[in-house]
Amino acid sequence: MRALVVAALIALAVFAPAAGAAAPRTSLTDVEDEVMCLECGTALNVSNSAVADQEREFIAELIAQGKTKQQVKDALVAEYGPRVLAEPADEGFALTAWIVPALAALAALALVAFTARRWRRARPADAPGDDDPALDPDDARRLDAELAAFDR
Amino acid sequence: MRARVYWPVTLAAALLVALLAYGLTTTGTDTTLDSAMARGDRVDAPTSAALPLLGGEGTGSLADYKGKVVLVNVWAAWCDPCRDELPLIQKAHEMMESRGGTVLGIDVKENSGAALEAVDEFGLTFPNLRDRDGSYVREWGQTGYPENYVIDRDGKVAAVRRFPATQKWIDETLPPLLDESA
Repeated sequence: MRALVVAALIALAVFAPAAGAAAPRTSLTDVEDEVMCLECGTALNVSNSAVADQEREFIAELIAQGKTKQQVKDALVAEYGPRVLAEPADEGFALTAWIVPALAALAALALVAFTARRWRRARPADAPGDDDPALDPDDARRLDAELAAFDR
Repeated sequence: MRARVYWPVTLAAALLVALLAYGLTTTGTDTTLDSAMARGDRVDAPTSAALPLLGGEGTGSLADYKGKVVLVNVWAAWCDPCRDELPLIQKAHEMMESRGGTVLGIDVKENSGAALEAVDEFGLTFPNLRDRDGSYVREWGQTGYPENYVIDRDGKVAAVRRFPATQKWIDETLPPLLDESA
């Protein structure tokens, strides 16, 4: 029995790493949505052109070799250039894809801050406060009398 | 208050319009070459950029073929009309080689493995460069696949074919240019 357990452990130690190396580290669907079809200008997972088919074939070959997702993407960039990635580049005109949304978000924040400030300024005018004009002495006397009558 | 808001908003709107205009003008098809050809003019090649060699180390460019007539053939193995045209282009290269000319293939938007398979399959003997993302042929105002551009011995673009070449077009275009001296 003991010999059987030892044999099983040895077999596991020998064959498990090999099995792990052969197992795919990523999948086509995992990579496809982060890669562009260069000819169609759309993401690979929604492209059906001949170029897209060839790109998919290339990715499938790399996956079969046990490459990780990052390794597959690196190989794609090496073969097709950086424009094959769906993520826009951080240089040249493509930089606007990063800058414009950030600027739009900043502009929206500035608009919210500006509007909030205007509202805060407008509210004290509606509510009684230190800036309200003082009551006429006659009115003040009448008010005091009314309040005194109310308290009774 | 209104004036303080007016100028930043106007400036932001103007910047957005400028950005849109820039994007449209830089992504549209360049027809400069076609206009020059329609006038019968010979013009400088739109780009002299170097590209990676297909199936080899280093880069190559049109400058490597100075003094030769060059038929630049834009192709890809995934493009069926290109595959149909390749035997004709190889034949043209064989004719040009002995007369001081060459075909220079530009393989576009494909991995080198697939391109080299096609080179073997069609027995291509002319040099090929790799335009990995199509940015090189874009400079030529490319509209489809395949396309052919003919460069004379002075390095000027002498003819452009925006659709598959025919034997008739090759016979009419290449020999007169091959007969010219630099």
